[in-house]
Amino acid sequence: MLIRKGAEANLYLEDWHGRRVIMKRRLSKKYRVPKLDKEIRFRRTIHESQHIHKAKEAGVPTPTIFMVDTAETTIVMEFIEGKQVKLILDDLPPEQRQQLCRHIGELIGRLHNHGVIHSDLTTSNMILTPEGRVVFVDFGLSERSVELEARGVDLHLMKRVFQSTHFRYAGECFDAVIEGYARVVGGSVSGEVLEKIGEIERRGRYVSGR
Amino acid sequence: MLKRCSVASHCLGIESTADDFSVGILSFEGKVLANVISAYVPEKGGIHPREAARHHAEVAGKVLAEAFQRAGVKPQEIDVVAFSQGPGLGPCLRTGATAARALASYLGVPLVGVNHCVAHIEIGKLVAGAVDPVTLYVSGGNTIVSAFEAGRYRVFGETLDIAVGNCLDVFAREAGLHGREGMPLGAMVEQLASRGQTLIPLPYTVKGMDLSFSGFLTAAVQLLRKGKHSLEDLCFSLQEVAFSMLTEVTERALAHTEKSEVLLTGGVAANKRLQSMLESVAEEHNARFCVVPKQYALDNGAMIAWTGILAYQHHVTLPLEKSFVKLKWRLDEVPVLWVGG
Repeated sequence: MLIRKGAEANLYLEDWHGRRVIMKRRLSKKYRVPKLDKEIRFRRTIHESQHIHKAKEAGVPTPTIFMVDTAETTIVMEFIEGKQVKLILDDLPPEQRQQLCRHIGELIGRLHNHGVIHSDLTTSNMILTPEGRVVFVDFGLSERSVELEARGVDLHLMKRVFQSTHFRYAGECFDAVIEGYARVVGGSVSGEVLEKIGEIERRGRYVSGR
Repeated sequence: MLKRCSVASHCLGIESTADDFSVGILSFEGKVLANVISAYVPEKGGIHPREAARHHAEVAGKVLAEAFQRAGVKPQEIDVVAFSQGPGLGPCLRTGATAARALASYLGVPLVGVNHCVAHIEIGKLVAGAVDPVTLYVSGGNTIVSAFEAGRYRVFGETLDIAVGNCLDVFAREAGLHGREGMPLGAMVEQLASRGQTLIPLPYTVKGMDLSFSGFLTAAVQLLRKGKHSLEDLCFSLQEVAFSMLTEVTERALAHTEKSEVLLTGGVAANKRLQSMLESVAEEHNARFCVVPKQYALDNGAMIAWTGILAYQHHVTLPLEKSFVKLKWRLDEVPVLWVGG
């Protein structure tokens, strides 16, 4: 059963050898030329499964992977029960919202400490389980890097998501993320990353302060 | 003989953010009566802001006169003067602003400052019939994926460095191509690309809904200088990779916002390959694909006039003494009072 049609993959909720699983299929995109299409789907299927595993090593909850089929560019993984953070964040009491954001910041810090850049840190890609765990999903755009630039771009995206999707609380949410992040990576690293984010913003178009 | 209805209201819009100086005249009902564009074409290299501004100052009188003539409207029948207040190149913006201030004070009518990016979306909605679209706005200065959410056109994705049109132009100039009036560099790249066949690997840089073209451009220029590939294949690869990136982020915004329309606008919107890619994605999400016709997708005065009307009808006017241009006025800073929801 198709449950989500994303930009680069379709998610199906299926019964697979008696388990409820998510089948993530990277379907061919008609708009891309075949060579580019194949390369992107293949690369992302491999990267996603590798980085989901790496994230676990870092202590960041991710779905368990049951099967990777590179020929069909399909990953079969655990179905995570819960709600997308995107859907609940704005309605939480302020205390809880900040706490959740701090926790998200901690998880991002763990990823970065472990050399994983998520590259699509949106609140749609974080699932809050009924037990209160936050599970990161969708590592299709992830890459390995310990560079400040990559970390900065990663968190800059998070900031942008707050500004476009959670604009009422954008400032406080991002501050809380950075607070949690700093707890894990340390104040000096987080300071450097923050500075980098400023630099990335100034590189963009039409930014005051440049 | 029929007499012009005396209650009919008109807005004159002046656009001058970059290389085009343009004047549009619209009736308040949204009928475009004139849309005259004069482009500054540099002899070599990109836009020199001072030279472009000099061009604007030179042609301003002529373009205004032609707009009045085409519209069949007398200056006294203009009720509002709108101008693009930003974002853009300082000298160019100031030239347009000066003309707008002079005209508004001479006629004794209110002045409206319009955000150039908002205007691109609004004219797209007017002429292409979109209501609440995800907009991909691609030009020499901008690469933005935007959609309306709670009072503003939110920026869901944008370039982290240079605009895609800029990237194509710089590559074309590096390849020794020269743009001319009626045949911009982008169109030349498109022509060459249509004869290319082999995809040469280029960096594909998508960060969520944001994109980057600077490393992509450097890699393409390096390949060009090596001289191993035909220009046709390079242009083909440039378009395929860059446009796939644009299409992917637009699709991501579409999936994220669950809107049911895709609007393509800006100078690069004229590219048929980009149009077909976006159309394919829109179709896959059961969304309607709308592309803005060229004369309204390029920088133009009509879009400024139309957005001026929308703002004026919501009592947004600009006192002369506060009509400074805003070089870095972001799309998502503008309260969009005329869209409900």
